Amino acid sequence: MTLDPTSGDALVASPDGWRPSEHELARRAARRSQSRRGMSIALMSSVVVIGALVAVVVTSSGWPVVRDTFFDVSYGLEVLPIIFDGFKLDLLLVAIASVCIAVLSMVVALVRTSRSPAVAPFRILATVYVDFFRGTPLILVILLIGFGIPALNLPKISSLDVAVLGTTAIVLTYTGYVAEVIRSGILSVHPSQRAAARSLGLSNAQTMRHVVLPQGIRRVMPPLLNDFVSLLKDVGLVSILGVTEAIQQAQIETNKSFNYTPYVVAALLFLIVTIPLTRFTDRVLVTSISRQNAQGTA
Amino acid sequence: MTSTVGDPLLELRAVRKSFGTELVLRDVDLVVPEHTVTVLIGASGSGKSTLLRCINQLELIDDGLVLFEGVDLADPRNDADEIRQRIGIVFQAFNLFPHMSVLDNITLAMRRVHKVPRAQAEATALALLGRFSLADKASQYPDRLSGGQQQRVAIVRALAVSPKLMLFDEVTSALDPVLVNEVLAVVRDLRKDGMTMVIATHEMGFATQVADEVCFLSGGVIVERGAPDQVIHAPTDLLTQEFLRRVHEAGRL
Repeated sequence: MTLDPTSGDALVASPDGWRPSEHELARRAARRSQSRRGMSIALMSSVVVIGALVAVVVTSSGWPVVRDTFFDVSYGLEVLPIIFDGFKLDLLLVAIASVCIAVLSMVVALVRTSRSPAVAPFRILATVYVDFFRGTPLILVILLIGFGIPALNLPKISSLDVAVLGTTAIVLTYTGYVAEVIRSGILSVHPSQRAAARSLGLSNAQTMRHVVLPQGIRRVMPPLLNDFVSLLKDVGLVSILGVTEAIQQAQIETNKSFNYTPYVVAALLFLIVTIPLTRFTDRVLVTSISRQNAQGTA
Repeated sequence: MTSTVGDPLLELRAVRKSFGTELVLRDVDLVVPEHTVTVLIGASGSGKSTLLRCINQLELIDDGLVLFEGVDLADPRNDADEIRQRIGIVFQAFNLFPHMSVLDNITLAMRRVHKVPRAQAEATALALLGRFSLADKASQYPDRLSGGQQQRVAIVRALAVSPKLMLFDEVTSALDPVLVNEVLAVVRDLRKDGMTMVIATHEMGFATQVADEVCFLSGGVIVERGAPDQVIHAPTDLLTQEFLRRVHEAGRL
């Protein structure tokens, strides 16, 4: 039997024959009317705010020009297939990059949190690595690697496709960020958890693998998903190397027609993927917070 | 929103609460006159904590009435926040704010909710701290205090806004026996002042000393109630007898 606090309608008869009393029914009615009032206020304020925004844009003197050069629907549909082809390359690069980032950042995080003396030199290296790539603008790293490596004339490496070089730059930078997020997750697990695992005879590595990481990663899931959304958008930056992904494709089309609709089409393609992801991240955040709160009340 | 002279401070009528399909309180009636102490005893999971949380509207009840000074707290048309300001609650897990000093923990509600000027709020807080031998802890942070000190600070924090009713939810369950006594001493002190209290506890000796009425809960029902000597030392209900026998075996009576 489930009780819906806001509507008595969903109520199924209780096994002990309980029927809500009159004052309970009155309270439910009051709660219902309060929530109805809340909803109508929300609806009204939404209509007013959105209406005002639309009115400001549509009544502006430049609107007719903007409408024709940015929101040309038939032209947009015409270029959609070719921009979508570019977008598929974006998605492929994201897929490859995210796997590489996940593996590398886990290694960097583990090295940075390890206390073993044998790892000491790697710990220093990892710290320097993180400092460097977190502190350098992504666009610079892409330019340096994308144009620097080919210029070196190294056998094999210098002849790599620019898409590969650009993705490498993104992987290097994001690994720096994600490693720090994972590290903060590892450090957030209370030392008593480690002590409990070690006292059961688990080795340092086993403790990390079975007790610390599962809790730590779960705790940083929301920021990790956040980084994933931002990776999805940043992958478009490889266009500056001339990789013909969605943004580059849109630019090519725009240069042909002097109409900016292709950019809007590309933006919409990114939004179609990022909006559901952002909603999902929100949900993960809420559930992970409520889980931590549940641990707080004894 | 009126309260007549004869009204008990708190009255529960046929309170019912379930979590999903599990019925945790069924038809609980309770009358708490002003300046009396009601002690709830019973095994873990019997509904003691839920009952306290329902009084304070931390849980939404399914049915029944929670009358405080004659006003139904469960009614959404009444301002629960306003009424709740007059009911203090102390939890088992202290729940002090770790990022604030003892003094700030205590003055927060006075300053933010009741708009008391800082100097006046701090004077009130220091007087209360002094009364419970905590004056020297005012500037410390909760992590520097013992469990007993933290719980006493939590009690002072609840008292600082001058509540008319205090709820205690197993406030000594997380403490060792020595610390238990320093916390219980505070409750005894409050009783002398005539504070109205509802206390859920596993400390039977303490219950005997402070209670005007003891209620034994089992399966979400008050199965036996009465004077402490009667309920704790000469229970008539079989469930109460069984529970107290087990408490006795555990060496806690």
